[in-house]
Amino acid sequence: MRRLLLAGLVALSLAACEREDREYRPDPIVTETPQKIALTTLSPGDTPPITDLSDMGAQYTANAYHVSQGKKWFSAFNCNGCHSNGGGGSGPPLMDDKWSYGGKIENIAQSIREGRPNGMPSWRGKITDEQIWELAAFVLSMSGNVTSDVANGRNDDMAGKPPENMTPQQPPQPGGQVPKSAESPQ
Amino acid sequence: MSWPEALDPKGPEADAVAGLIWSFTGLCAFIWVLVMVALAVALIRRHRQSEDPLAVTIGEERRVEWIVGGLAVLTGLIVIGLTFISYGAQARIFGLGGGDVAIDVIGHQWWWEVRYPSDTASATVVTANELHVPVGKLVRLRLTSTDVIHSFWVPSLIGKADLIPGRTNTLAFTADRPGVYAGQCAEFCGLQHTHMGIRVIAEDDADFTAWKAGQVAAAHEPATPAQAAGKAAFLSNPCVSCHAIRGTTAGGTLGPDLTHLASRTTIAAGTAELTRGTLAAWIADPQGMKPGTNMPTMKLSAADLNTLVDYLMGLK
Amino acid sequence: MTLQGFTSAQANTDRGPRDIGQPIEEVRARLSQTWASQGGLWGWLTTVDHKIIGRRYIITAFVFLLLGGVLAAVMRAQLARPESGLISPDLYNQLFTMHGTTMMFLFAVPVMEAFAVYLVPLMVGTRNIAFPRLNAFSFYVYLFGGLMIWIAFALNIGPDIGWFAYVPLAGPEFSPGKRADIWAQMITFTEVAALATSVEIVVTVFKQRAPGMTLDRIPLFVWTQVVTAFMVIFAMPAVMTSSTLLILDRLVGTHFYNPAEGGDALLWQHLFWFFGHPEVYIIFIPATGMVSEIITTFTRRPVFGYLFLVLALIAVGFLSFGLWVHHMFVTGIAELGASYFTASSMLIAVPNGIQIFCWIATLWGGRPKFKTPLLFVIGFLIIFVLGGLTGVMLASVPLDTQVHDSYFVVAHFHYVLIGGAVFPLLGGVYYWFPKLTGRMLSERLGQWNFALAFVGFNVAFFPMHILGLAGMPRRIYTYPEASGWGTLNMIASIGAVVFALSFVLFLWNVMASLKRGAVAGDNPWDAPTLEWATTSPPPPQNFDRVPIVTSRYPLWRHPDTLPVGTGLALDTREIVLTTVVEGRADVRVTSPNPDIWPFITAVVVGVTFIGSIFNGWVALVGLVPIGIGLIGWGWPSGSVEDES
Repeated sequence: MRRLLLAGLVALSLAACEREDREYRPDPIVTETPQKIALTTLSPGDTPPITDLSDMGAQYTANAYHVSQGKKWFSAFNCNGCHSNGGGGSGPPLMDDKWSYGGKIENIAQSIREGRPNGMPSWRGKITDEQIWELAAFVLSMSGNVTSDVANGRNDDMAGKPPENMTPQQPPQPGGQVPKSAESPQ
Repeated sequence: MSWPEALDPKGPEADAVAGLIWSFTGLCAFIWVLVMVALAVALIRRHRQSEDPLAVTIGEERRVEWIVGGLAVLTGLIVIGLTFISYGAQARIFGLGGGDVAIDVIGHQWWWEVRYPSDTASATVVTANELHVPVGKLVRLRLTSTDVIHSFWVPSLIGKADLIPGRTNTLAFTADRPGVYAGQCAEFCGLQHTHMGIRVIAEDDADFTAWKAGQVAAAHEPATPAQAAGKAAFLSNPCVSCHAIRGTTAGGTLGPDLTHLASRTTIAAGTAELTRGTLAAWIADPQGMKPGTNMPTMKLSAADLNTLVDYLMGLK
Repeated sequence: MTLQGFTSAQANTDRGPRDIGQPIEEVRARLSQTWASQGGLWGWLTTVDHKIIGRRYIITAFVFLLLGGVLAAVMRAQLARPESGLISPDLYNQLFTMHGTTMMFLFAVPVMEAFAVYLVPLMVGTRNIAFPRLNAFSFYVYLFGGLMIWIAFALNIGPDIGWFAYVPLAGPEFSPGKRADIWAQMITFTEVAALATSVEIVVTVFKQRAPGMTLDRIPLFVWTQVVTAFMVIFAMPAVMTSSTLLILDRLVGTHFYNPAEGGDALLWQHLFWFFGHPEVYIIFIPATGMVSEIITTFTRRPVFGYLFLVLALIAVGFLSFGLWVHHMFVTGIAELGASYFTASSMLIAVPNGIQIFCWIATLWGGRPKFKTPLLFVIGFLIIFVLGGLTGVMLASVPLDTQVHDSYFVVAHFHYVLIGGAVFPLLGGVYYWFPKLTGRMLSERLGQWNFALAFVGFNVAFFPMHILGLAGMPRRIYTYPEASGWGTLNMIASIGAVVFALSFVLFLWNVMASLKRGAVAGDNPWDAPTLEWATTSPPPPQNFDRVPIVTSRYPLWRHPDTLPVGTGLALDTREIVLTTVVEGRADVRVTSPNPDIWPFITAVVVGVTFIGSIFNGWVALVGLVPIGIGLIGWGWPSGSVEDES
């Protein structure tokens, strides 16, 4: 019983520590974290695609400071120019459950870093890798896939939509949706 | 040791407040001394006292009642007097109309965006963390914030005013002699409230006009191959996402405008004096100099860093 | 012992045998048994004895004082040298937030409430505080709130937004995570506790005074606690509102403080400071009561100007609600409005001055006995008057524009809070320690305690006035070498070390005296008020027989035999209620027995409050167990209440 209590306290304390840490300097400073990601759910044979992911993403989606910084970068780097506040425009919506290139945080980070066909710019080298991960964590929170104690509250600005910490979770559905801007004929 | 800045005024408004500080301090110190003397006498004097603690002389009590009552009235009068002295100073500081120079100061976490608006868009000066003002002219600041509440405080020149998101506050002052006056943010605004300094440089009219003209011009072109390489490095690194250098394709608005970085005297809102070394240190590891700042620590090669610094130090 | 019975012509024996003049030993034995708390853990959790709860409150508050003091010591270590790398900015922000929050919400107000809870029933001559179970509940809620925020601090969820948490910095966008929510909810805990004790104090003082204690025979300490209680009742709702709106903004997405959607960042400041200014008087006024009592006893004469002092107290109580905008002079509010607050902020110097003059007049007329309590009162007079005068300076708008949010203000409020509240409190501890524990604190250690505290405090805080004028703002974790602030900061840090040592000495004195202090009799100081009429420490029933009061200074008026009344029940807990103004004996009512429900309800309230930080629905769902707790608490006990 005592051990259970102790384990509970330790878990609680670690969770709290992780969420609240203001990690302003990545350690070490890397330009890119190697991940082996699949862009599709298809793979020959019975098994799903083989991936090799580091756990980078988890440390960002568990940390409120990183998700909050991600929100800051979203408007600073004009993501809302194409994606609005997640509702999409010339870019696809980010607050739904349909992900063209996969909805895990590693996929989102890769989309931001590499760019995607038909309009998503590549941000490699133009923002730091840390910022890319923070943005990816924020984008994930727009579909409610970041726990509500970590996700952001309302804007201190005009309210475009309900805050991320009140967004119901929409787990990513496999397969995506071609954005309207990419449908032909124009 | 020099006088504290609030008591070393360099402008008429600060002077009015300094005078107020001196007069209030003098009067309050005098009152304190009087009360302490009364206390000391009360404690030291020989007291005649009967065995029965409830035996108090009615006459004595009445006399003391009158004294205390009188002192209460005197306190009231002093307080009323101080109130009117304060109102007088208030009128001298807040009642200033007009203004020869208008400057917009917009607070960010943790730097000051400084704009000199103009009817002609191309004549607008955009800089950061430093104000130049002409000596002897009334400067009117319009203060607001994009994020949290900050406070503009240059004690040598004027009292402070808050920069509050959603409001525009005004501050008016005159610098009556040339000099460099340092100030700092005076409202807790987060991790680097500590390193949000501001500099006001008062200069005579000619220098001020020359400075303004220099600021309005586009960025200096690279003069040496190293600077050219530095400009290329700037445009192909994360710098370009956050900073603007007018005259190049860099148009970021998150961080301070760098068009005339080298004309400023400090780096990172007063964290350090601007030199090659501090600039290099800042770019190499901003989180080391100002932990928590929004400028990320980037991985730059030594060559890139060197040429970048060369280029930026040429942006006078 | 003159006896005056309470029984009406028709003896009411529903509550069992009564005290009809039996030998005092028998009365004492039976009452001690009736009023005793049970033993063991169950007894600890169920007690409703105001003395036990008051003692717990005092000890807990002092623990928070020491914790807050440790934080301050760490901050001064960091600031002693320019560009020191001891503490990171994030930790420093948490340090000063926790220091301010602990001192203001967990120490200063609770310790004054604690002394009220312990002393007021004794001073007014009754057996227990009004609503004793609410008293127990209030202690548990306070304890849980304090534990919550300190455990959170240890877990890295401690708040880092400053003790007054301005928005938008404390808002959802600029304060990610749960830190600000923990802070806001801690406020809810401590304010519930404060409101509960205030209600108890008001009712105790108005209805449970000893017969014969008319309004103008109430001890000054009790007057201060009543005025404070009323101030709490009017001020605390404002901060509860502001913190609740903050939690709503952060958790649920409301826009109270969002200027872009129709809210206002200044709304926070108005709501908070409407509470915040009376808060400092809530801390200061009970201390003035302690000063009055100590001066009376140690000059061995009635305090001068009782009526002046009471009226001044009430004036301060009212006036303090009209000053709050002086915290907002630089926010760009209208000049005319600001000018009004200059006038009102300066005006409050008048009633405060009247109190100072009355005390000095008392010292003048009496023969001071320079024991430690009086030394602390003298220290109070020296330090508080200086702080009050810098307050008059700050009331001026132009002056404030220079020194607002600088170390000048830090110096000012430490002078008025430490000088005006902590010094009288320490004097009060030295004064009432014999009554609470039955032992005297060491006089020699006490004098050293005072000397170190006085010197250390002044060396630590006086230089801060100059630092503020030199441009050093508040809440910075370091400063450049070139600023020239290094020397004064070093001096301040050295003073802080000396001041901290004085508390070490204080602690040592308390610990040693608890075991080896001289045994104190009922009235070691020859003081006049009723708490000294019973044993040290008092028996569970406080008084074997309820005193009849014929003077403002009962033990001086009747040094040999105090008139008492008989007629209360011996085997059930019974107290007598008196009329509000004249203190005529009115009704006898029962006082509750020990009960577990206050503890259960406090636990449930605590869980609800803490849970609602993470999920808003918990606040609603939690109403069910809270309701159950309250029903269990309020279930009728079957006692017969008097009709007349």
